[in-house]
Amino acid sequence: MPIIEVRQLSKIFGHDPKRAISLLEQGWTKEQIFAETKMTVGVNRVSFRIEPGEIFVIMGLSGSGKSTLIRLLNRLIEPSEGQILLNGEDITKMSTEQLRETRRKRISMVFQNFALFPHRTVLENVEYGLEIQGMNKHERREKALKALALVGLEGWENQYPDQLSGGMQQRVGIARGIANDPDVLLMDEAFSALDPLIRKEMQDELIALQANMKKTIIFITHDLDEALRIGDRIALMKDGEIVQIGTPEEILTNPANDYVRKFVADVDLSKVLTASHVMIRPESITPERGPRVALQLMKKNNISNLYVVDKERRLLGVITAEDASAGAKDGKTLEEITIADVPTVPPDTLLNDLFDTVSATKVPVAVVDENGKLLGIIIRSTLLAALSGNMMPEAGDLDEFAENSPRKLG
Amino acid sequence: MMNLPRIPLGNWVEAAELWLETYFSPVFDTIRITTGSIVSMFEQVFLTLPPLAMILLFTALAWFLGRWKIALFTLAGLSLIANMGYWEHTMQTLALVMTASLISVVTGIPVGILCARSNAVQNIMKPVLDFMQTMPAFVYLLPAVSFFSLGVVPGVIASVIFAIPPTIRLTDLGIRQVPGMLVEAADAFGSTPWQKLIKLQIPLALPTIMAGVNQTIMLALSMVVISSMIGAQGVGADVYRAVSQAKTGAGFEAGLAIVILAILLDRLTQNIIKSKRR
Repeated sequence: MPIIEVRQLSKIFGHDPKRAISLLEQGWTKEQIFAETKMTVGVNRVSFRIEPGEIFVIMGLSGSGKSTLIRLLNRLIEPSEGQILLNGEDITKMSTEQLRETRRKRISMVFQNFALFPHRTVLENVEYGLEIQGMNKHERREKALKALALVGLEGWENQYPDQLSGGMQQRVGIARGIANDPDVLLMDEAFSALDPLIRKEMQDELIALQANMKKTIIFITHDLDEALRIGDRIALMKDGEIVQIGTPEEILTNPANDYVRKFVADVDLSKVLTASHVMIRPESITPERGPRVALQLMKKNNISNLYVVDKERRLLGVITAEDASAGAKDGKTLEEITIADVPTVPPDTLLNDLFDTVSATKVPVAVVDENGKLLGIIIRSTLLAALSGNMMPEAGDLDEFAENSPRKLG
Repeated sequence: MMNLPRIPLGNWVEAAELWLETYFSPVFDTIRITTGSIVSMFEQVFLTLPPLAMILLFTALAWFLGRWKIALFTLAGLSLIANMGYWEHTMQTLALVMTASLISVVTGIPVGILCARSNAVQNIMKPVLDFMQTMPAFVYLLPAVSFFSLGVVPGVIASVIFAIPPTIRLTDLGIRQVPGMLVEAADAFGSTPWQKLIKLQIPLALPTIMAGVNQTIMLALSMVVISSMIGAQGVGADVYRAVSQAKTGAGFEAGLAIVILAILLDRLTQNIIKSKRR
């Protein structure tokens, strides 16, 4: 069951939201509605489901409605229409009392410019959410200290926010967000105000924190790299609508329309795609066969290397065409001419980390899983093609690549 | 224009004054008695101890709140006032100013908070405050006398009317200046409006509110001579008497006592603001 389910959620800024929504339903665009009625469509009939423990990234450029959307989820902005189900309970129907209770215990928020209270110490900031619940001093102090330890800020409790660097201030913001142990953490451009190095560090720590605490995180960003780095799934927004929802790979390899395609065009694919995306199907042989069979196979497929695998397709090594023809003359077995020292990488290796391995070796790099099973091989031409973004290999293309590429590389 | 009958605004005001006097005299009596007792309480506090002891006490307070320069000025200034023979009157004036300031702060801050929370209240209060600050004080001395009779109380009330606007305005401003993202954060964690006010808005607005209080005290002090025209005792009355009798020297002496008091109150309240900041 999803922890959050959003159904047809809309926000219209203006005097007659009902009318604007019915116009939207008739197919009017945001611009047409503004020109005609002076009402602004903030969020346009958005629906999605978020599973517990997921990092769900909502991405879009400024004005796309992403910041409005995240504020609809805890009703900092009142939705015009639609439902927000938190564990099946509709937030839009809650009374002020119930909503306050939900904000105190179940949904908390981390802000772009940290929004720390300048007159309170780090500890008092983290305690804030607990303090207003009426929790006693001892208990809330304990919880706040625990949250501070989780973000690596032990020893800083008694400093004031303005004595801390930006990165540390946002750690306080995160500690304040997790101190009340919420089910859902809303993060509004939480790292956008940080410089790039600190930002990367915080992204890694967020992923680690999430793995530890199993919080459901809804993360807003305008930065595609950030979305691809931390998102389990990404929703791409434009003009208040969600254009596409999918895993980072799905968004990159299968853009829903031209807008998404343009959006992802500048992505540094080497930091997103992994070995499993660019590997091709290898020709393989089992060791009981002789060198002649191997030569035959290579000729037939027009390739110069063959991978030797056992019956469970575990990689044993590679043989080259030269060795095979020499071996056939001397009557050697396949095992004797197998080169066991094949460079291997796991399937989730980023392309960025593959370049060194690929350029340092004569034979194509083998992709093997944790059991040593051969999954595929990586050759330079597909690697380069993938990086250029226009020849994304898909399941059907693999054979075509496999036929001639290895020979060229030899 | 010329043919239109003149609007009898003045008559209406007098009718309203009479009406209020007739039907609300118990209210005015209560205000008069309460205000009068606050003034005499302050007077007792300031005048029970001999001048020398009070001077040392004030000097110690200045030392505690500020720097040695202010303490030194306090010692010298108050000694000069005592030496000139204006001690008792100056303390009476101080009692009047403190009463007016206290009433202004106690009523002004809540009104300022209301203004900050509601644009409607702010829109109503704005012209009222403009009116209070710009209408010449002599004009509302008359109704003050008819409601509260002669003496120190109408002086206090007139001072409050003239001095309260900065407290209201700056409380309103201070709370509105609390950054929206902080208010949003307080909301996002489930604060009640009251929690938001006490834990966030007032602490952050405090320096601005205190600047308003400082201005209120200064304005209240500037009213002492005018108050003396309707019978308020104090050093203001000395100035008034000297001026009406064309005694330049006495007028200067009494005026100097007011200046010393003003500088003292200003520096001390400013130091309270500073010590509130980290």
